[in-house]
Amino acid sequence: MSLPTRSSIECPAPDWFQAPTGHERIWIGLALAWCMVMSLMMPYWHFKGKQNSSGESYSVKPADFIKRTEKFILANTGEESLLEDGIAPIVPAPPGEVYLIAKQFQWFPILKLRAGETYRLHISSVDFQHGFSLLPMNMNFQVVPGYDHVLTIKPQAPGTYPIVCNEFCGIGHQNMVGKIIVE
Amino acid sequence: MSNNPTGKRICATTGLPICLDAQFFVKCNAVLGVVFLLIGGIGALLLALTRWQTVHLLPVDWFYRILTLHGLNMLIFWILFFEVAILYFVSTSLLNVKLFSVKTAWVSLIMMLTGAVMVDVTIMVGKADVMMTSYLPLLAHPAFYLGIILMAVGTLIAVFNYFATLYKAKKEKTYQGSVPLVVFGATAAAIIAVVTLLHGAIVMIPTFLHSAGWIAQPDPIWYRMTWWGLGHMSQQVNVCAMVSVWYFLGAVTTGAKPLNETVCRGAFLLYIFFINLASAHHLLVDPAVSSGWKIWNTSYAMYLAVLASMIHGFTVPASVEVAMRAKGYVKGLFGWLTSAPWRNPGFSAFFLSLVIFGFGGGITGVTLGTQQINIIAHNTLRIPGHFHVTVVGGTTLAFMGLCFYLVPLLFQREFIFKPLARLQPYLFGIGITIMAMGMSFAGSMGVSRRSWDIEATGSIYGSTAHLFLAAVGIGGVLAFLGLLLFILLTVGTLFFGRRFAGKPMESWGTPKQLGREEHGHAPVGLPSGSGAPAMALTEAHPTQGTLVLALIFLLSFAVYYFANWKALADVWPVR
Repeated sequence: MSLPTRSSIECPAPDWFQAPTGHERIWIGLALAWCMVMSLMMPYWHFKGKQNSSGESYSVKPADFIKRTEKFILANTGEESLLEDGIAPIVPAPPGEVYLIAKQFQWFPILKLRAGETYRLHISSVDFQHGFSLLPMNMNFQVVPGYDHVLTIKPQAPGTYPIVCNEFCGIGHQNMVGKIIVE
Repeated sequence: MSNNPTGKRICATTGLPICLDAQFFVKCNAVLGVVFLLIGGIGALLLALTRWQTVHLLPVDWFYRILTLHGLNMLIFWILFFEVAILYFVSTSLLNVKLFSVKTAWVSLIMMLTGAVMVDVTIMVGKADVMMTSYLPLLAHPAFYLGIILMAVGTLIAVFNYFATLYKAKKEKTYQGSVPLVVFGATAAAIIAVVTLLHGAIVMIPTFLHSAGWIAQPDPIWYRMTWWGLGHMSQQVNVCAMVSVWYFLGAVTTGAKPLNETVCRGAFLLYIFFINLASAHHLLVDPAVSSGWKIWNTSYAMYLAVLASMIHGFTVPASVEVAMRAKGYVKGLFGWLTSAPWRNPGFSAFFLSLVIFGFGGGITGVTLGTQQINIIAHNTLRIPGHFHVTVVGGTTLAFMGLCFYLVPLLFQREFIFKPLARLQPYLFGIGITIMAMGMSFAGSMGVSRRSWDIEATGSIYGSTAHLFLAAVGIGGVLAFLGLLLFILLTVGTLFFGRRFAGKPMESWGTPKQLGREEHGHAPVGLPSGSGAPAMALTEAHPTQGTLVLALIFLLSFAVYYFANWKALADVWPVR
């Protein structure tokens, strides 16, 4: 191998257009192959994997989303008093549509779900953007006003799972913690 | 020397021509950049000491205020001011041409400065507690958006001044053949910057009009997608500029020469064509965009921009290895590396930047930006854990390394307190690495970014998370000390450095040619194109050490990548 003659701060030799050789060529091949592996992993997981963010969502006005959530609470409890409560957990019958409102600085209502069942969880914000972060699994989704974000989830083990807001939504952002109970 | 009728001087150290007009603006932009770096740095210290939950320094409103200030000053102001300095410098000095327009440079400088000051003042008076991203429907005072628009347009004007300078050099035939690689890389950065800043204008102008009450609110998802065309793509400008600086510093500290110009230039082209996918990386767990859209825009099917970085990650150290071996450092696989000029802060900053960016930033970035893996990463501390090793440990450290040459050469003053300067890259690099690792591990446990207090409503995370947050605090303090040292040394040099006008600067130390007589002033890589004979290396595999390092890198990458898929497989099924 002959040494290159020009540095990177000089104009290159006139014949600079050359195919790569030696180790450089090997490395480009390896790197390209690795990039292909990574590219294929995503479509593979989309069909074979169980955790995907499909972005299923519908346009919704905040007022309409509040109405749907109230209807959902009434349908599952029959108690008007729970519409403002925010403490008593709502126990929806699986499988079904479940609603969760994100607002400054609260997740409403508290949901009680059954392990091993599948739910369609509708999340939307009625004011600013919020971040749905379900712990301790560390599952994170964006919550945006005007969009009903539908997550089809299947809770695994019984327990109490905190929901932390992880998108800045105002000075009280750090207080925005809710929970999902799984039995 | 300002009376020089040609408007140029010849640098006595490098032999490079220096356009005096450009020199003035390079100095202005670099100094202003460092001022904003200091503002952002003080913010960084306060934030690190707040997230370190045991210290928890700032009150809640000031935490979010300073977080907004820190992001904009570091990611936008410091970087853009310094990149404009780099553009002016490489175009005029490496192409031996005068700056196209002094007036335009003034207009750009004044607009950028006005914009930056408007933004900082608006934040500090509490009228823009919206984070750097200012996601709608959060709304700041109109002056905040106007400041960003001024900054973006001012930078665009500087970029056009750069393109016009390239055109001038071409027209006046001030160079032969193709432009040097560093200019090529800077041009790639400039092209991406145009696209980036146009995104900024497209998203900020309607938002500004909305904040003033003149139009209805733009759609928040449209805002997110377009804003990240500014927010993430500007970081690709940084990558391009940083890689150019790597090539530059490799050349001046070890005499490295690119092994294959086609490969290096091809990799820069890949950046231009494939980089704007990065905007999508912020929408991977968003509503409104489908799986197909997310998967396609994550990789454009092939990850060719990642390929580009992996190529540079090989060619840059490989060129250093060949240069060192040619100087006689042939012992074993890594003799060239252990004998490298580690006491030269230009070299140590460059090489640490390469390692921190590659192993830290590259591997985490591609993994977190994988469509499904983003579910276990989005908006956690893993994200700032990633970009602090790209933009800070990578770009900022590389730019600091450049300053160890740029400051003495342009101001013609010797650096003060050189032994401290030799330590600075290590202090900063190690500090930021500790901090970013603390962030990454805390984020893996679900700790949120942008949160004043992770236990405001009671314990959620347990003591391990606190340990990692303490690492954030301690690493942050170390990195801040490194930053402060950098600023004190450079600013001190401007005022107190010994003048050496007309003479070469003292070398920071470059590797000597073994078996030959020593050079008092080792050449900083120039000039050698004038027919230096191409020596044949006796070894069959002059880049074997780099290949081994690259394979270690690939292995680390694969382990981290698949470990994340495993972690994802363990969470609740979701679709």
